[in-house]
Amino acid sequence: MDVITVKSLTKRYGRALAVDRIDFSVPAGATVGLLGGNGAGKTTTLAMLLGLLIPTAGSVHVLGHDIARDRFAALARMNFSSPYVALPHRLKVAENLRVYGHLYDVPHTERRIRELADQLDLHDLLDRPAGELSAGQKTRVALAKSLINRPELLLMDEPTASLDPDSGDLVRTWLERYRAESGCTILLASHNMAEVERLCSFVLMMRQGRIVDRGSPAELLDRYGRDDLEEVFLDIARDRRQREPAKVDQ
Amino acid sequence: MRPVLRRIWGLMYRHLALYRRSWPRLLELAYWPILQMCIWGFTASFLASRAGSRLGGGFAIATGTLLGGVLLWEVALRSQMGVAVSFLEELWSRNLGHVFVSPLRPWELVAALIGMSVVRMVMGVAPAIALAWVLYAYNLFTLGPILVVFFANLMVMGWWVALGVVSLILRHGAGAESLAWSVLFGLTPFSAVFYPVSVLPAALRPVALALPSAHVFEGMRAILYQGVVRWDHLAWAFALNAVWSLAAIGVFARQFHAARVRGALLNVGE
Repeated sequence: MDVITVKSLTKRYGRALAVDRIDFSVPAGATVGLLGGNGAGKTTTLAMLLGLLIPTAGSVHVLGHDIARDRFAALARMNFSSPYVALPHRLKVAENLRVYGHLYDVPHTERRIRELADQLDLHDLLDRPAGELSAGQKTRVALAKSLINRPELLLMDEPTASLDPDSGDLVRTWLERYRAESGCTILLASHNMAEVERLCSFVLMMRQGRIVDRGSPAELLDRYGRDDLEEVFLDIARDRRQREPAKVDQ
Repeated sequence: MRPVLRRIWGLMYRHLALYRRSWPRLLELAYWPILQMCIWGFTASFLASRAGSRLGGGFAIATGTLLGGVLLWEVALRSQMGVAVSFLEELWSRNLGHVFVSPLRPWELVAALIGMSVVRMVMGVAPAIALAWVLYAYNLFTLGPILVVFFANLMVMGWWVALGVVSLILRHGAGAESLAWSVLFGLTPFSAVFYPVSVLPAALRPVALALPSAHVFEGMRAILYQGVVRWDHLAWAFALNAVWSLAAIGVFARQFHAARVRGALLNVGE
């Protein structure tokens, strides 16, 4: 069963075409990477999946719900994490998590907060204001917020941006474990090719609002004759030729 | 607790937690109502000392008009700011993106902002009412149970004005935030807070009579001067509030939709 189904999704701002008739689906339990340079349309696509942005054309179904008509039913079962959207700085970490426990109607919120604190090593941070945390600590708290409702679908916009290698690795390790244990579906927008190679079973490559290639990391490496995804990314960003035509029937 | 009420409480809890550890915010709530009360109260005291016994009971009524007007107008002002500033707090903390991707419906967001507005209004106006009683022996509650109706109308007016301000912020971003403090002050001359509508030039009277506040204050003066409840003014206040509220809800819904079309909900602060 597909958790996300996107058909002919288009977003136009005046004359500018931000997303151009993209189609893709994400099966349950998969971790899919959405890759592309700045302005490729990744964040716009995520915003349309979340119902924050109304498409110009096309449709988005998430967890069986048409986002155009019934986005709140889907939103209750999914969550979102981005380093570019903050949590209130003056609130303590526990208070922030409590707020989202209420907003997502999480049963036994306090118990859930303790569980997340155990899993993400947050106990020492719970009584500290969110604004006083380091970038790595903020990322762990943002992750806890995005998991407060045990989401079936997790949308992540550059989850390890601005983290040092050690903190980034901890987050990636935790995401791998969480997905394996919960069966959660993850759609990950990222610039970090090593991260995508490690976490994602399937990759959608975007350029200028279009999905220009797709496949597993191994398929893409083979198709472009490269050793790592960063080189593939550069090939696509600079419109270099691939070794053979892409399969487009995902 | 039902999910709807829990979501509304969740957003209110976020603001209450903020106030709990921010004394400047708490101080700001009561600062302006108390300042206004002091300025107008001492002005009334000064006029009383100059007028001596010439005005007799008329002076007490004039003082009541002045202080009652100040306190009741603060109800509208604090209610409006309660909604608008609470929305701005979300914007300033760059938290709107998280709020709007949660299952919180737009009307639940508005309900939570209104809930916070009631809390902020009570915390702001109650000290000023107490101060009026302590310093000037003026008891607002002598107006009687009808005060509840006055409060209700002025609070609703504050909310629809605030909803208009929030709509403008959704449309124009943080550039419109100064309206949160200024827009209702701009309606003060037309609200007939301290003088009857008849004092205004004929061309401005229709503007005043289109505002619920003008009818509330005409009603207040009718009680103070004639000892009668002007139900016609109160009916007008309720009817106008209903019309303006519907208009404000329509504008908010339209601007919220437009913000989703423009993609402004993630970066509305910019």
